[in-house]
Amino acid sequence: MKPVLLIDFGSTYTKVTAVDVDAPRLLGTANSYTTVQTDINDGLADALDKLEQTTGRLVFCEKYAASSAAGGLRMLASGLVPELTAEAAKTASLGAGAKVLKTYAFKLTEDDADEIKRLNPDIFLLVGGTDGGNTDCITHNARVLAEIGGSYPVILAGNRNAARECERILEGREVHITENVMPKFGTLNIEPTQKEIREVFLNRIVQAKGMTKASELISGIMMPTPSAVMAAMKLLAEGTKRQNGIGDLVAVDVGGATTDIYSVAEGLPDDPRTSLKGLPEPYIKRTVEGDIGMRYSIHGIVDAAGIEKIAEIAGLPEERTSEIIEMFAANTDMLPNDDETQRVDEALASMAVRTAVTRHAGRLEEVFGIGGLKLVQTGKNLLNVDKFIVTGGSLIHTEHTGRIASYGFYDEEDETSLKPKHAEVLVDRKYIIAAMGLLSEHYPDAALTIMKEELVKDGTCSK
Amino acid sequence: MEKKTLVIGVIGADVHAVGNQILYHAFSDAGFNVVNLGVMVSQEEFINAAIETNADAIIVSSLYGQGELDCRGLREKCDEAGLEGILLYVGGNIVIGKQPFDEVEKRFKAMGFDRSFPPGTAPEVDIAALKEDLHIED
Ligand code: B12
Repeated sequence: MKPVLLIDFGSTYTKVTAVDVDAPRLLGTANSYTTVQTDINDGLADALDKLEQTTGRLVFCEKYAASSAAGGLRMLASGLVPELTAEAAKTASLGAGAKVLKTYAFKLTEDDADEIKRLNPDIFLLVGGTDGGNTDCITHNARVLAEIGGSYPVILAGNRNAARECERILEGREVHITENVMPKFGTLNIEPTQKEIREVFLNRIVQAKGMTKASELISGIMMPTPSAVMAAMKLLAEGTKRQNGIGDLVAVDVGGATTDIYSVAEGLPDDPRTSLKGLPEPYIKRTVEGDIGMRYSIHGIVDAAGIEKIAEIAGLPEERTSEIIEMFAANTDMLPNDDETQRVDEALASMAVRTAVTRHAGRLEEVFGIGGLKLVQTGKNLLNVDKFIVTGGSLIHTEHTGRIASYGFYDEEDETSLKPKHAEVLVDRKYIIAAMGLLSEHYPDAALTIMKEELVKDGTCSK
Repeated sequence: MEKKTLVIGVIGADVHAVGNQILYHAFSDAGFNVVNLGVMVSQEEFINAAIETNADAIIVSSLYGQGELDCRGLREKCDEAGLEGILLYVGGNIVIGKQPFDEVEKRFKAMGFDRSFPPGTAPEVDIAALKEDLHIED
């Protein structure tokens, strides 16, 4: 046996997962409640105690960790045109596992400057202009950042013709110059930026967030938790040299404050005559809905879906549904404790899934013009994706996961939305996906075997 | 001298793709940096591309006869977006049927187009006009 420990330092829980990489299997999982005040090492020790109560004493050969503690990797980004470089900056940051507090477009205003100062991010990503294109905006924004000061690093990934000037403007600050996120018009080049974000995270953020003590105990790979989830989903879809993956997939993680959606798929049109509009889409895409969450962002779900719809799914009168929603909003720790609260919780989860997957997926629209119909696709086509992975507290602790997940499927009432038509629902009941992403860095085969074993089917659904 | 940047595309719901490809190659060969948006391009897409690439001119094609409708308001939107004074050209078959072109030209001038070209204009004519307007010497 060769036990390896995977740790996820979250903002409220420290979660540990033990696996044997020799004969790949899950040995056990445990978690402990941590607060901002508690030393993260206490949380870790506590979680390990709990783990060993079930697994017996374990001597770990290696320990790896991911972190979303202290609010995660908090980023701000600015670009030029909202649909172009600003969008590219956001896509790059989300794909690097960051929590994007806000994305600015065009020239930063005085109000923006005040806000940036107040938000005080971990990293600022400054982009804008294609190579050889606009330089006014990015240099203006560099000047604004220089003026407000601050100690966070700035990653410059805009028009290369402005890079050195921006660096001079930001003299005295930690500046990392990398390739443009949109070197040519309409192209997306986000990997260099993501690599830079990961390095800054490792070298700076991990230390700044009081994790140095923990990192001494750990063999390596501190990454933001969402990056670990992405690594796991990529592995699960693609497989390794020795083992097949399960193919294209969509994954949903409904949390208390946000809902994250991941897709691993090219997402190209079914019909080659369809024209594509908008930015090219990354093969592995992550979107985060900041207004969709089961407790802190519960009102966002109501705003998006309507109280009538939630009440209808719950099978309760609107008034009672609203009452329960207000109760959840006021008590963010509250778990469903009877039939009615359970029904409302599931209805909310269903609408969180529907809203977030709809925003993540692309659209196929018919444009009526002279000479007939033309098909135009924006975003990713996920119609043919046939695996739907579900993780996150409110979805893995209910028996009705499959039913809730099916709200993320193609819906005739919203026929232009390119969500999966028929997919098998796989549930992360033991909440191991992030841990498997960490494990995949050194033991991809073990991580894949364990995921295939532990992600349980919850029916094949279609709507 | 630095290359001048042109944003080109076929406006509206127009799918005539052949002329657009010819223009792309002709302009590139003439030494321009060409951002080709292809067919079915909205006014907003022309403008967004011109902003990011700091373009010197927007060259609009319209082949299917709806050019006048599709082009309306483009100049005002450019001004709004901070692209004041950007060179605007239009060509192709910009109106329906055969109309006296000086009339057509007048109407497009009033809409803020610096130049408009009658059907069948060769790319060379366009290139010569660009060189003149952008002060490019051979
Ligand atoms: C092929 C074709 C089609 C194909 C297009 C296939 C494709 N994806 O490209 C299909 C069958 C789809 C089609 C459809 C239609 N078509 Co059609 N089509 C043609 C045709 C026969 C050839 C076009 C072509 O490729 N020409 C060759 C290229 C090289 O020339 P070009 O496009 O004119 O471009 C050159 C110049 O115009 C110039 N130029 C272009 N832009 C600019 C800009 C500037 C600034 C300058 C200086 C120059 C310039 O330079 C280009 C390169 O040399 C023409 C007739 C013709 N002979 O031109 C009709 C024609 C363009 N079509 C026409 C029509 C009406 C239609 C339809 C509305 C028909 C219908 N009712 O269904 C639809 C519209 C569909 C749509 N939404 O766009 C009319 C337009 C009439 C008008 N403007 O008054 C034409 C002129 C036929 C006609 N005489 O009636 N069409």
